Amino acid sequence: MTGPDARPLLEVAGVSVRFGALVALNQVSLGICHGEILAIIGPNGAGKTTLLNAISGFYHPYEGRIVFDGKDRTHLKPPDVAALGIARTFQNVALFKGMSVLDNLMTGRLLKMKGSFLLEALYWGPARRQELEHRAFVERIIDFLEIQAIRKTAAGRLPYGLQKRVELGRALAAEPELLLLDEPMAGMNVEEKEDMCRFILDVNGEFGTTIALIEHDMGVVMDISDRVAVLDYGRKIADGAPEQVRKDPAVRDAYLGVSHD
Amino acid sequence: MTELLYGIAVAPFKDMAGSPAFFAEVLIGGVFAGLMYSLVALGFVLIFKASGVFNFAQGAMVLFAALTLVGLIERGVPVALALVLTTAVMVALAWVIERVVLRPLVNQEHIILFMATIGLTFFLEGFGEMVWGANVKKLDIGIPDRSFIVAGIQINQLELSAAVTSAVLVAVLAVFFQRTRIGRALRAVADDHEAALSIGIPLKTIWMIVWSVAGIVAIVAGIMWGAKSGVQFSLSLIALKSLPVLILGGFTSVPGAIVGGLIIGVGEKMGEVYWGPLVGGAIENWFAYVLALAFLLFRPQGLFGEKIIERV
Amino acid sequence: MIYREAGQFRTTYASDQAIFPIPQDRWFVVFAAVAAFVIPPLAANEYWLQAVLIPFLIYSLAAIGLNLLTGYAGQLSLGTGGFMAVGAYAAFKLTTALPQLNIVVVFLLSGLIAAGVGLVFGIPSLRIKGFYLAVATLAAQFFLLWLFNKVPWFVNYASSGTITAPNRSVLGVIVTGPNATASVRYVTALALVVVGALVAKNLVRGRVGRSWMAIRDRDIAAEIIGVRPLRTKLLAFGISSFYCGVAGAELVFLYFGSAETLAFDITLSFLVLFMVIIGGLGSILGSFLGAAFIVLVPIFLTNAPQAMGLSLPVALQKQFELMVFGGLIIFFLIVEPHGLARLWQITKEKLRLWPFPH
Repeated sequence: MTGPDARPLLEVAGVSVRFGALVALNQVSLGICHGEILAIIGPNGAGKTTLLNAISGFYHPYEGRIVFDGKDRTHLKPPDVAALGIARTFQNVALFKGMSVLDNLMTGRLLKMKGSFLLEALYWGPARRQELEHRAFVERIIDFLEIQAIRKTAAGRLPYGLQKRVELGRALAAEPELLLLDEPMAGMNVEEKEDMCRFILDVNGEFGTTIALIEHDMGVVMDISDRVAVLDYGRKIADGAPEQVRKDPAVRDAYLGVSHD
Repeated sequence: MTELLYGIAVAPFKDMAGSPAFFAEVLIGGVFAGLMYSLVALGFVLIFKASGVFNFAQGAMVLFAALTLVGLIERGVPVALALVLTTAVMVALAWVIERVVLRPLVNQEHIILFMATIGLTFFLEGFGEMVWGANVKKLDIGIPDRSFIVAGIQINQLELSAAVTSAVLVAVLAVFFQRTRIGRALRAVADDHEAALSIGIPLKTIWMIVWSVAGIVAIVAGIMWGAKSGVQFSLSLIALKSLPVLILGGFTSVPGAIVGGLIIGVGEKMGEVYWGPLVGGAIENWFAYVLALAFLLFRPQGLFGEKIIERV
Repeated sequence: MIYREAGQFRTTYASDQAIFPIPQDRWFVVFAAVAAFVIPPLAANEYWLQAVLIPFLIYSLAAIGLNLLTGYAGQLSLGTGGFMAVGAYAAFKLTTALPQLNIVVVFLLSGLIAAGVGLVFGIPSLRIKGFYLAVATLAAQFFLLWLFNKVPWFVNYASSGTITAPNRSVLGVIVTGPNATASVRYVTALALVVVGALVAKNLVRGRVGRSWMAIRDRDIAAEIIGVRPLRTKLLAFGISSFYCGVAGAELVFLYFGSAETLAFDITLSFLVLFMVIIGGLGSILGSFLGAAFIVLVPIFLTNAPQAMGLSLPVALQKQFELMVFGGLIIFFLIVEPHGLARLWQITKEKLRLWPFPH
């Protein structure tokens, strides 16, 4: 396993996001370093998902900058963010329900595929070859996530835990440099959580993918993350190694609900 | 080129200023047509608000109601009794639709329900004409189709009573939605089916009520339109005209349906009279849609519709 | 089913990606296609070709077009009739202006023109969805027909206001116009729909189709994968309108012979939408099944009373047809909202296990 290196892959600098009068993120600064697993924690409504949405281009911050790989990309739209090599999953599973698992993963390869409309219409030559190459790649992900048996099943018909796994697969299919996971283990039983932890660690270990994840299960967070950032009321209140954060009094206050005055 | 610009930007307004009485008549004609659209649109909104069903059959319901009423009157039933009977028929129709069409399709996708209402449209058109005959009929409910002149402007008595009736109907509906228990329940259903069910609002009853109310609105629209231009097949086509009204007003807003109807009605009459000749006339056919389309680009949720916010 | 899938293994991804992965299926389809080219022109009479088979093929093409847009890309359109009219009028203008141009090329060019018009009317799809979009497409429907009605240039200043298919031949055989035989027109329509269906199938099983379905199923997730919504939706509008345009041109040139704008009114839009929904949203096979259903039901309803010895007055007959047609649509939606294609799939799955229930 390669250790995290200190150079930030993604840097969020003083970012604020507002919805009308509500300040969802208040001057948050956070770096995500090459190769690390960063956990973002915090009570409900702390702005964790908003942060991910700002990074993936759904919301645009009204102040601050987001820099990826040395380039400012504060105002990009989601497809452009995807083109940079950032993939993500959603809190409430956003699979393509009418499509098979295989097609879901193949859709994840979209940006790796070259468009040649006429050849695709004929399913001939390079278009056919490209389709088969990507199929082979996707099959490796299917093997990796152990979902061979359901590859032809419509995603919408799968149980929740498997849907989460397929969604991870779809994000992996894009071969991202940075993977954002929004509560990848929510609603799972212990066994499923263990599987998911294993997949996350393997992705990080084998492909060197940088991962930022939101998670509520503190046991999981302490186990798999290299670093933990804590958000509360739209502000970052702590950031550091898991052990260090666990001892931080401000974090304890946030979780125990000490009044903020 | 200058001539064209003059024709578009100057001449129509000169015409309007030159003959204010004629202008007022065009305006009033537009308002009347607009009210008719509003009434049909109102039926749409009621059902859409309470059940999320896009009821394409609203126009067919107008036709069916008018056919029933005129059929009864023709057979010698007194007008008042005929009205009561027609209302009963529309309520019965609502009951049947709920049982036969909606209940088996509950939880299906919206487009499936929409298609079902198109099937319903065909069925109602065929059924209504089979029972009552397909000839154009004059609907006479005792309001004379006479005009009187106020300040040099011709006002039609029938149009005036139509305007008053629609205004009263809308007021009653507004009170019904805002103040009564059922009204509040209806709004709860519109917001969230499951939530409404979980607090003990019987969905079946709600649907039945809302379709009945839409049926009664259809009777009013049918009377007004039928008295003006006769009860005929084309009545069900005004349903299509009320779709752009919905876009303007928003799919879920009762006042929106009214204002949208007026804008479309006045807009298309004005357009036809003052700008239509430039392009050979008959722009009434598409004006409403193109207006709605232009509108969509700037305010997709309509004038009064709720803003569509998507959570990520 | 006369064969079993058990024991048939696909050993390469290529064979698993095929349209018909099972050899027996593949051979059956090839055989059926060849038979469709050979048997009806020899065996079927004029009535069957003209009243059933030709409209079936043309409507199938239109239904495939709408299915790409509505079934795959999830954009509801009620403007099909308008886009078909664009194809028909474009074909008329092209072939009267350039009589030497091969009529099949004319059809394809008309499709391209319809695609261009479709693109323009697809622009609002970036901002609006669902029924709002459907109403927007009605603008296309009404505006286009009004245009063709009002501007005499479109009908070459014919006082009748109709467009008429002239005699045009391909490889020395007259394909369109009053002198074209039903058999030739049938084979032409068949050839176009076979190619059209294959291309459509290739598109939907590949990159393009997946981005359409992604937008349909979850547009937000699609964007984060890199699907660009406007480009993807516009492509769907363009290709869909291409199919509809070709079908519209065929409707006049291979079926009606001559037509006015009334032939393309809103009823046609609904008819094609019915085909797509009853056949099955998001299924190429379903487009054929739906077209067959919509073509055959009225014929059946017209003939059924006579077959039972009833003679109904014409007006009553018409109303009865409307009622039954409407009723059948509701019935089918209730029985199988996913259409005939799903019904077929379920039957196949049952047969696969037959005689065992599970």
